[in-house]
Amino acid sequence: MAELKFIGGYPEYMRKFIDIVNKTRAKRKDYTPIAMTMEQRDEVLKVHPDYAPGGKRSISIGLNKGDMAPNEVADLIEAYPLIQGNEVDLTKPDLSVDLLIIGGGLAGTAAAVWANDKGVDKDQILLVNKLRHGDANSIMAEGGTQAADRENDSPARHFLDAIGGGHFTNKPDVLRALVEDAPLIMKWLCDLGAILDREEDGSFVEKAGGGTSRRRMHACKDYTGLEELRVIRDEFRNREIPYLEYYPVIELLTDGNRVTGAVLYNLETGDYKIIQAKATILATGGFGRLHVRGFPTTNHYGATCDGVVLAYRAGAKLRDTDTVQYHPTGAAYPQQIIGLLLTEKLRGMGAQPVNKNGEAFVFPLEPRDVEAASFIRECYVKENGIVTPTGMRGVWLDTPMIELKNGEGTIEKSFPGMFRMFNRFDLDIRKDPVLVFPTLHYQNGGVESDPWGKTNVDSLWVAGEVSGGIHGKNRLMGNSTLDCLVFGRRTGISTAEYLKSDVKHGKLMLEHMKNYVTMLKQAGIDTTRKAPILLPDYRGKAVLARMIDVF
Amino acid sequence: MPEKDNNIMDKIAESNKSVVTGIDEKDIEHWITISILGSEYKVPAGLTIMQAMEFAGYRFVRSCGCRAGFCGACTTVYRIVGDYRLKTAMACQTRVEQGMYLTQIPFTPAERANYDIDKLSPGIEPFLIHYPEILRCLGCNSCTKACPQDIDVMEYIAAGKRGDVALMAELSFDCIQCGLCAMRCPAELAQYNYAQLARRLHGKYETPLPNHLKNRVKEIEQGKYNEELDKLVQTSTEELKKVYTARDIEKA
Ligand SMILES: Cc1cc2nc3c(=O)[nH]c(=O)nc-3n(C[C@H](O)[C@H](O)[C@H](O)COP(=O)(O)OP(=O)(O)OC[C@H]3O[C@@H](n4cnc5c(N)ncnc54)[C@H](O)[C@@H]3O)c2cc1C
Ligand code: SF4
Ligand code: SF4
Ligand code: FES
Repeated sequence: MAELKFIGGYPEYMRKFIDIVNKTRAKRKDYTPIAMTMEQRDEVLKVHPDYAPGGKRSISIGLNKGDMAPNEVADLIEAYPLIQGNEVDLTKPDLSVDLLIIGGGLAGTAAAVWANDKGVDKDQILLVNKLRHGDANSIMAEGGTQAADRENDSPARHFLDAIGGGHFTNKPDVLRALVEDAPLIMKWLCDLGAILDREEDGSFVEKAGGGTSRRRMHACKDYTGLEELRVIRDEFRNREIPYLEYYPVIELLTDGNRVTGAVLYNLETGDYKIIQAKATILATGGFGRLHVRGFPTTNHYGATCDGVVLAYRAGAKLRDTDTVQYHPTGAAYPQQIIGLLLTEKLRGMGAQPVNKNGEAFVFPLEPRDVEAASFIRECYVKENGIVTPTGMRGVWLDTPMIELKNGEGTIEKSFPGMFRMFNRFDLDIRKDPVLVFPTLHYQNGGVESDPWGKTNVDSLWVAGEVSGGIHGKNRLMGNSTLDCLVFGRRTGISTAEYLKSDVKHGKLMLEHMKNYVTMLKQAGIDTTRKAPILLPDYRGKAVLARMIDVF
Repeated sequence: MPEKDNNIMDKIAESNKSVVTGIDEKDIEHWITISILGSEYKVPAGLTIMQAMEFAGYRFVRSCGCRAGFCGACTTVYRIVGDYRLKTAMACQTRVEQGMYLTQIPFTPAERANYDIDKLSPGIEPFLIHYPEILRCLGCNSCTKACPQDIDVMEYIAAGKRGDVALMAELSFDCIQCGLCAMRCPAELAQYNYAQLARRLHGKYETPLPNHLKNRVKEIEQGKYNEELDKLVQTSTEELKKVYTARDIEKA
């Protein structure tokens, strides 16, 4: 076949569709489709991956037996451990610490700094990371962090917005902690020296997000997570808190009742380490790399659901495992960046979803699930999508509208990260729209906790995306970086308190894991699946087919 | 309404196959040749360096983090056959080209100072105390040329030498701490660590807490919202739904 001819980064045939968008822009400028009624929402949600038939099953063992979960998640819950137990020597831990923190995203890193603030000696803390410290979903947050700190706003309003967005399934006591601490967290970030977007008069720039009734989204251009994480990590490093990299936890240890440590695995050398700890905070983030229902994802390389798997085996209770958040605007073109996020803030500032006929077909700021479903319907039911050279379908997000509405230069100033990403592939989002399709974004459910992050298992806390309850069955934009910081702080404080009560180290055992294996067998789960999976595998099919094991 | 809904899900999964389960040769029309650490591989045209290495059979442990240009893990240097210039890139954000030969730099050895941000103030002093070597910059511009974020690194170092942390913070804001500038610097600087210090100094000392935030924090500490929140936590879902639907919405 002849080479495709490219004009401005797009093949010729896509160019024709772009011309339609460019031509209809002026007409659409003052037109916004009206928001859907509840009935219309219900109708369109039928093609949302969470609601479309199939894709889920009920969990067959453990505390949450009977709860629904995506097949990809159930597969990991119903999988065998990476170790049997007898190959690791539990009699002599390699290291004993007061506080073990698993996962160094915003949640884990904040927890370490707060625990140290509240009196846990730095050398009694260990932060372990699967990849480098900071290779995490946190560093990619673009849009912002919510906090009700303007005069016409209040924590109560923030509560209402979040619980409505979560379809009234949020756990009220933890949600209360989230909204009440939010302004304190903004202050903490500023005190550490984070640079937040400011108005001329020094007040914060605050924007609306999907489902917020007040403008309360704080951002650092479109590098919010990068700025928040690199500042907190810098503080963490200044305090010389010990940490390990490329050392994922592959199993928790318990004394039969409480969590007493963990088994670590060196991803490069293949040997293990036994860590003994009096308190453990699990902050391993989400599961985008499971590619639920075959969707691409916005998540980082290590987002593989490890924390949920480990905690469940140790007896922790999960909740809201049945819902997954798909972000409506993942990149659908070019191939190199499929699935990567185009922040909601783009729509917040005027970018319109448009179909192949140049029509604005949906209210741009419906809740994420409704917006995503409407894109799927446009592409697969109404056949109004654009097909890419790799066979993906998508609709346009009309980014040039942002400059038409807010003036030239807005995109480079407010979205430098987005502008740069597309520019690298010769696409100019100031001049041309971008093609989008829903992408797997966030693990709504997770390990249940109380308002201090404490789980039902003694000595085990959770913070961040691995936890469940705060957002119920659907999270609003800007509430999860907030969740990480609030519950990072709270778990840091709470574990420090706990450690003051003269806790002793417990025995290091894997009985819980062995019992879990017995349960799996009793339930007739006959599989070679193992979990946690630690990393996804994207190697080419041809190579995999010829792989042999010689060492 | 639609054709079978799960049929739609199957179609979506089918169209996403290449980014989810790895690339199948059968689907590829255009090929190029690249060299990874000196060994040649035929790979599909149009992939990122990261995707191409995976296609070739590499399963990353190092040099792969966010896969989206934010974390700085996938630092790569390369040349194109026939071109003398040494180029730099983030593997997750750069397309492979015919004749590319490359290596990755999974770790940058760079000195970083420990400091107490509460005991410093903006200006040249913090640099003289913690990073006096900043004065050694020769103005060669190699750092700027190497930066995959198109940051004017030399310029922010110049600002640092003058103690202008505001400018240094602004110019360096998009830094993903990939380490490429430091690897190229003939004066052996670790530019990105100095920039981190500058940004924190600027954020902490030159952008004071807004009053609206101070007031809100005080109100919370005084317990102004306790009663309202206590009540909300107890409110029935039915009632919550009513209040939620009735709430007014501020214009964006
Ligand atoms: C592209 C993108 C944009 C986003 N934008 C926003 C936004 O604008 N606003 C907002 O509020 N939220 C946003 N989110 C969501 C938010 O960023 C995340 O939910 C949140 O940062 C998660 O933080 P975390 O600390 O819980 O987990 P992470 O930041 O993912 O950190 C978890 C860490 O644990 C490590 N880990 C995993 N398993 C193990 C193991 N077995 N052993 C040891 N370590 C392990 C991981 O490698 C990782 O480093 C966005 C998310 C993405 C992906
Ligand atoms: S300034 Fe240096 S560390 Fe930062 S992105 Fe540029 S090259 Fe990388
Ligand atoms: S590479 Fe080093 S010496 Fe050259 S301009 Fe940059 S900082 Fe100065
Ligand atoms: S993997 Fe994070 S920048 Fe490339």
